[in-house]
Amino acid sequence: MFRDITLGQYFPGNSIVHRLDPRFKIIMTVIFIVTLFIGQSAVSLELGGVFCVMAIVLSRIPWKLILKSLKPIVLILVITSLLNLFFIKDGLPVFEWRFIKITETGINTSVFMVVRIALLIAGTSLLTYTTSPIMLTDAIESLLSPLKAVRFPVHDLAMMMTIALRFVPTLIEETDKIMSAQKARGVDLDGGKIMDRIRSVVPIIIPLFVSAVRRAGELATAMECRCYRGGVGRTKMRSLKFGPADIIALLISIYFLAAVIFVNAKL
Amino acid sequence: MNLIKAEKLSFRYDDESEYVFRDLDLTFRQGEMAAVLGHNGCGKSTFAKHLNAILLPTGGKVYIDGIDTCDESKIYDIRRQVGMVFQNPDNQIVATIVEEDVAFALENLGVPPKEIRERVDEALQAVGMYKYRMHSPHQLSGGQKQRVAIAGIIAMRPKCIVLDEPTAMLDPIGRKKVMNTIKKLNNQFGITIILITHYMEEAAQCGRVIVMDEGKVLLDDEPKEVFSHIELLKQVGLDVPQVTEFIWELKKKGVNIDTHIIDEEECSSILLKLLS
Repeated sequence: MFRDITLGQYFPGNSIVHRLDPRFKIIMTVIFIVTLFIGQSAVSLELGGVFCVMAIVLSRIPWKLILKSLKPIVLILVITSLLNLFFIKDGLPVFEWRFIKITETGINTSVFMVVRIALLIAGTSLLTYTTSPIMLTDAIESLLSPLKAVRFPVHDLAMMMTIALRFVPTLIEETDKIMSAQKARGVDLDGGKIMDRIRSVVPIIIPLFVSAVRRAGELATAMECRCYRGGVGRTKMRSLKFGPADIIALLISIYFLAAVIFVNAKL
Repeated sequence: MNLIKAEKLSFRYDDESEYVFRDLDLTFRQGEMAAVLGHNGCGKSTFAKHLNAILLPTGGKVYIDGIDTCDESKIYDIRRQVGMVFQNPDNQIVATIVEEDVAFALENLGVPPKEIRERVDEALQAVGMYKYRMHSPHQLSGGQKQRVAIAGIIAMRPKCIVLDEPTAMLDPIGRKKVMNTIKKLNNQFGITIILITHYMEEAAQCGRVIVMDEGKVLLDDEPKEVFSHIELLKQVGLDVPQVTEFIWELKKKGVNIDTHIIDEEECSSILLKLLS
């Protein structure tokens, strides 16, 4: 039942987008989000769209996957467009019937919002499609490292993320085992009313928790045996390095941001 | 030379509980391979945790290469010298990629990145897991994971490795491969091995066998000598290797035979001689 969950939806590949420094990819994603949100006109949205499509093409991620990432937000898209369509009352009326009034501005805004949200999701999921979870963790640790100055536990946070990622498959396997064990003892996990179903989760969750706590204890001992003492004085085998390609990519995204600011100023 | 020396070692978890062991004296020489046997709760795992300062003695002392384990300023020197491998391979692997996990201890010790790379490759080759270096741990079998855990320890270049029932959760093939790896580390690299185990066949492969019972050392000798005390071992709930038991039964039936046998081939050659 849990077999098909893949964490972080990483799609392995060797495209130029995959090979970019993960720190730069995170920064570029942030710039992309800002670009989308400050854009006021259709032209600025088109610019964002061009950038997004360019990145997707370069990443060689199948379009099907990009569409799949949009699936969970279809409902949000529909609601947003309907709200904008019916509640914006100014502008030229296109259609009027009793209290319903659809205006040109309403149509424009609703299309604008839908495209903006779709681009937002497509662009950000490209980050997780092209970057492995471990690279993301490394990048987050590196990007947050200035916060060490204000005693923010950056290393500890990254370590927790790594361990969580490491134990997801282990705990999924364990859940499967516990479910089989409970079924063998006659627990009905599938049928029954909603309340029965909720109650039947208890005999799975409790053994899972007990085992997770025990694992954590053992892992802590094993880490101590390997001289773990937090982030102080720690080195890394693989350090992140950026090259000309990363800088060019960053400059391109800044160029798009600048273009949108320019378009805005002209309005 | 004595690498590990426990003097009058006593330990209890808190003031109210009973002593796990009392006045235990044990030494281990550099380069030896010793097995520790004993039924559950005899104190062997607790003893093992004293060897790298995970637990500190209630009474007595433990010295690792002359360093007292109570000396807090030397704690990482001790842990680098005496590595420890546990029963469940899943609960000792930290990273999501094999080579990252092997590098973990070295990163903690602040080794420069270039040297980490070299030592990680070396360690993975020593346990025969080099071609799996980019795999994620959950893609590996139990035996492979346990070898990765061992690689993570030998990357520190310790003088001694303590293995607490490393094969208990493995299938026969994985068990054999892990045992071969351990023996290789002892033979080729001269690493001292202390193997806590439930399998008599594994103990028979070591140069020395220590039998513990209720916090005391019951027997401490070569495997042949230890396993010749069959009745004593059975009394404390332990077995002997199958061949030893077989020979012993023959002797009971009146066959004139030497019971100091722990090896299958030795057993078959003696039987052949008897029959001809």
